[in-house]
Amino acid sequence: MGPLIPQGIIAAEWSHVIALMLGIAFGYVLESSGFSSSRKLAGVFYGYDFVVFKVFFTAAITAALGLIYFHYLGWIDMNMLFVNPTFINSSIVGGVIMGLGFIMGGYYPGTSFTGLAIGKIDAMVFTGGLFIGILAFSEIFPLIESFYKSGSLGVLKVYDSLGISMPLFMLLMIIFALIMFVVVTKIEGRVKKVEYIKIHYNEYKIYHFCSSSIVRRSRSIPVAYQRQNK
Amino acid sequence: MKDRSSKYFNPYFGGVMLGLVLLLTFYFTGRGLGASGAVKNTVVTAVHTVNPEHAEDSAYLSRFISDDHYPMNTWLVYEVLGILLGAFISGTLAGSLKLKVEHSPKITAKRRLIFAGLGGLFFGIGSQLGRGCTSGGALSGMATLATSGFIAMIAIFGTAFLAAYFFRKNWI
Repeated sequence: MGPLIPQGIIAAEWSHVIALMLGIAFGYVLESSGFSSSRKLAGVFYGYDFVVFKVFFTAAITAALGLIYFHYLGWIDMNMLFVNPTFINSSIVGGVIMGLGFIMGGYYPGTSFTGLAIGKIDAMVFTGGLFIGILAFSEIFPLIESFYKSGSLGVLKVYDSLGISMPLFMLLMIIFALIMFVVVTKIEGRVKKVEYIKIHYNEYKIYHFCSSSIVRRSRSIPVAYQRQNK
Repeated sequence: MKDRSSKYFNPYFGGVMLGLVLLLTFYFTGRGLGASGAVKNTVVTAVHTVNPEHAEDSAYLSRFISDDHYPMNTWLVYEVLGILLGAFISGTLAGSLKLKVEHSPKITAKRRLIFAGLGGLFFGIGSQLGRGCTSGGALSGMATLATSGFIAMIAIFGTAFLAAYFFRKNWI
């Protein structure tokens, strides 16, 4: 019965090997889903590419359903799973700050690692920013420590917070996701395609394509295009 | 080279695969996947190496320092090394290894890098305040149906969505 390492079924010495292997799978799936591209990720906020939304929700539902079934079959002890306690104030403000970071940087930490692994310089700079941000947080921590620890609600499950049963919540989440998948795919169809998606490694070719098709309509683009290709 | 890279995973297939990796992670380790925590451990180690007194005096960093536990020798650090390796393998197979700044043709590489750095800075601060980033806080939290995970997800994506208008020049 799982979780295997905390239960001592797999020796703790194996923990780092397993970490590396799960990390490889994580990185492989993220990169293969297109998460190493900031422009693809940012698409969710402008309606031209909802990949991050689709992958994210599918993954959360798959894992949540899997855990429920594992629990039902007696394969995993849910009570041994680490669940982040809810600190309502710092969670919301932290999330808002991260949201601003997302729209400015186009990455979140896991995806910036996949971006830098394949040579994206913007992902390297983003990750550098992460280091500085965490260092800055540690320096200002005394000023915000009371806020950081405020609003503690303990370990909370979302269905308890909403006052509904777990199976009902799960069902509603799946229905919500399915409806949203249809809606966002419709939106994607209506929003002008950003062509970079088709060409991953040979982007200049597509810039050339985009620019030359825009040039026919506008005279101002060639300057940007030249600057791009200098 | 053939353009295999035009075929990213179908997003639902990618989502199920990611969900299964996450499920396996819970099954093996009892906790979810993470990313920013490894950077935090690196910062703790770096400060502790350069200036041990400062790290031990720091109210935040000292929380992660103990005599029997070296911060770089943790699960998360190995997991993130795996992420780098896995992404490198995927990128290599897709033929997308290339040193470049990815940015909209409407902005300069310099502008993209400035905003990337700022974004990282914000994410660094926010992930510590929010006790986890998009991977460890939001995704892993949602998988365990933790309220904190849903709050983090809504706050991160909601804010980015609302602020998107002001940064549209960078992307579209």
